[in-house]
Amino acid sequence: MAAKTAVDVPFMEVNGELCKGCQLCVGVCPKTVIAVSEKLNSASYHPAYYTGADCTGCGLCFYACPEPAAIRVVKP
Amino acid sequence: MAKQFMKGNDAIIVGALAAGCRAYYGYPITPASEIAHAAALHFPALGGVFIQAESEVSAINMVYGTAGMGIRTMTASSSPGFSLKQEGLSYAAGAELPCVVVNIVRGGPGLGNIAPEQGDYFQITKGGGHGNYRLIALAPNGAQEMCDLTRKAFDLADKYRNPACIMADGITGQMMEVVDIPVPEPIPFDHSSWAADGTAATRKNLVSSIVLEPEELEEHNLKLDAKYREIVENEVLYEEYRTDDADLVVVAYGVVSRIVYSTVDQARAEGLKVGLLRPITLWPYPEKALSALAERVPAFLAVELSTGQMVEDLRLAVNGKAPVHFYGRCGGMVPGGEELLTEYRKILEGGRS
Amino acid sequence: MKVFEKSPSFYEVFERKSGPAKEATHYCPGCGHGNIHKMIAEAMDDLEITERSVFVSPVGCSVFGYYYFDCGNFQAAHGRAPAVATAVKRSNPDAIVISYQGDGDLAAIGTAETIHAANRGENITVFFVNNAIYGMTGGQMAPTTMIGQRSTTTPLGRAEQIHGNPIRMAEMLATLPAPTYIERVAVGTSKQIMKTRKAIRKALKIQKEGKGYSFVEIVSTCPTGWKMDPVAARDWLVDDMLKVFPLGVFKDESDNVDEGTWDRSFEGFVPDKVNTYLDRMKSPFDVTEELDLVKDLNCKFAGFGGQGILTLGLFLSQIGMRAGHQVSWFPAYGPEMRGGTANCSVNISRDRIGSPLVDRPNMLVVMNQPSLDAFEKDVVDGGTIIVDSTIVEGKADAKRLNVVALPASDMADEVGTTKVANVVILGAVVAATDAYEPEFVESTLRAVIKKQSLIDMNMEAFRKGYDFVKNGN
Repeated sequence: MAAKTAVDVPFMEVNGELCKGCQLCVGVCPKTVIAVSEKLNSASYHPAYYTGADCTGCGLCFYACPEPAAIRVVKP
Repeated sequence: MAKQFMKGNDAIIVGALAAGCRAYYGYPITPASEIAHAAALHFPALGGVFIQAESEVSAINMVYGTAGMGIRTMTASSSPGFSLKQEGLSYAAGAELPCVVVNIVRGGPGLGNIAPEQGDYFQITKGGGHGNYRLIALAPNGAQEMCDLTRKAFDLADKYRNPACIMADGITGQMMEVVDIPVPEPIPFDHSSWAADGTAATRKNLVSSIVLEPEELEEHNLKLDAKYREIVENEVLYEEYRTDDADLVVVAYGVVSRIVYSTVDQARAEGLKVGLLRPITLWPYPEKALSALAERVPAFLAVELSTGQMVEDLRLAVNGKAPVHFYGRCGGMVPGGEELLTEYRKILEGGRS
Repeated sequence: MKVFEKSPSFYEVFERKSGPAKEATHYCPGCGHGNIHKMIAEAMDDLEITERSVFVSPVGCSVFGYYYFDCGNFQAAHGRAPAVATAVKRSNPDAIVISYQGDGDLAAIGTAETIHAANRGENITVFFVNNAIYGMTGGQMAPTTMIGQRSTTTPLGRAEQIHGNPIRMAEMLATLPAPTYIERVAVGTSKQIMKTRKAIRKALKIQKEGKGYSFVEIVSTCPTGWKMDPVAARDWLVDDMLKVFPLGVFKDESDNVDEGTWDRSFEGFVPDKVNTYLDRMKSPFDVTEELDLVKDLNCKFAGFGGQGILTLGLFLSQIGMRAGHQVSWFPAYGPEMRGGTANCSVNISRDRIGSPLVDRPNMLVVMNQPSLDAFEKDVVDGGTIIVDSTIVEGKADAKRLNVVALPASDMADEVGTTKVANVVILGAVVAATDAYEPEFVESTLRAVIKKQSLIDMNMEAFRKGYDFVKNGN
């Protein structure tokens, strides 16, 4: 892709409101860059979150997550 | 008009084809199997579907599938098989799917026998499966009506988005009569707002009978009920013969109405003023007509091939305004004319006239 | 750039779902259904089949599948999804039909539907989610529950001698000849999940290409039903369940089957086409005007099976029909069959016919002794009884009845075969009743007898019977 996109490093993001805190993404992450929040979301789950660095964009967390829209992974 | 001499069971398929029915799903059972035989011959020949299902339950659920696509479809069976179809009928009524189910009623309960009976009246006219619903129920009494009422059943089913049932018996199914073969016409119903047929146009549609919230399910039930009231208001069919001055109105449907018809003139010849009212729709039942007759007719008699099922609806219609008698044979026994005349004499000699 | 995100084959907002949180599923935390839904949706996108897909939701936790998939949706009765899917596919072979089922639905209450859809080679895709328990109804034993596994209906654990063994559906279905592709996968480890993704895609591709029935069993989890946290549940799946439910391909004919092999055709309703078809069913003759009829005929024809009794009735009926008369024919049925005789009732009238059953005939034909014994008394006074005197030894009451005795079987033999004795009798019936002109009957018979080679023999038989009554020879 010629045009430079806004993103140039891979990342994953969690929609904290849709996450049900099952932690399956945490276990499958080869880089262990996903953690669980101590805070509760409005559905009373402890959502996962991206610790902010070293995501390779492999997508394993996306497929491990049972929710359609809780995890998004971008690999430039 | 094109005529053919044919069995009632075959006439059902002719009516279905003329109505635009495109898929038949069935399971073998006596005395309804000829309907499947005819379907197996004619549906594939016309590019339609015939599947001999693994069970009656599967057959009705296949009907559910095709009906949910807005395509005319049917199944046929006989009493024990019809019992098995109740689940599917309840789902189809709940999901508001038009389809036609034929029940060539045989002797019951249980495995019973294969002889003609009318013991499925309750099951057909009161819902049959679980929940608040009704089947539109038509009762042909000859081969021509097997054809014509099947065709009409498809129209009613589409008009009200509800399963319709043909209730007949082994005699009406096995007997051959002259049938005017109907001319098919385009189907004037558009299903695109609710059917899911695997095309982009109907992609947003859902065929379902599940309504999780009590408020919504109550609303759904009330909507169905309103529809059923409309059917009661608009779709009652019946036939009267010499009821004008009758001292005794005999109420009978299906093959029994033919036997009664034969006896009316005979009874009149010996001075017994007998008339016949034949419900053609069993549900909706001709309640208003019977209620009106009850204002002046001194006595009623229900004759059925059962131990007394339709007579209950007759009593509700007459509502105490006149005595309601009952004469039934069952297990495959069919009353003869003389037997009925004896019954008329008994009632009229003991009655007011 | 690669983005892993919610598939466009899902609805953007799950409007059909009740309550709040309309972007989350109704599934419990860690439930495998969500993973599987995501992979199905993704495959639908990639294969570009979403808008022609029909998703059939079962009864079970995935009863609400229709909340999520942006395609045509059906909700089916418990276990019946393969029957519904069969019908949808047959009624629109272009649709991509998905039957999504749990273990109770597919392997218990819907076993018959499952096996027979597979056995017919329906070109549908079945996704079987095996999580070894009934989730929706509260954690009861499923057909796939493991030995020793506790459930609300196996509180002490499933025991072979009491509850039987877990059923292996993939292996069972793989014994059938028709299915094209059967694989068992799992949503345990990431590697297993990626294999599942591949299998789901392959199954749908097989359907899209018309290659036939595809079945993917997906070993999944039910943390709630298993009373485990989601991570422990995935571990139990991997460590324990897969011992009983080994992963692998059990059948794959996809490379050996040509595209379109399992496509079926379906044509919609074309009234003109049906009309042309029905037109071919009509009688070989026109029913033009109504001929006179001296008097109504209420006939009973009786004899042994094989004597052509029913055909005799059919011939007379068609003659009546051609004459424009009301006609009914009814074969012995139910209790009338007693005594082992074949018989039929025929009514011919210019007026509407009441009962199709003739219990007081004015015309009785008997071609065996038991029929004479059984039915003579029913004939109305002055009625006619025609007896095949070759076979019937007894004599009918000639004082009360008009008795015609003719050796019909012998006469038929003279013509060439006893089989036309019924037509000899027909000649006698027509002559004795004066109902129809013999020429009219002959031309009708010529039209209705399909085998041309038999026509001359039947004509001769008819004439013999007719002349016997009219001329006494």
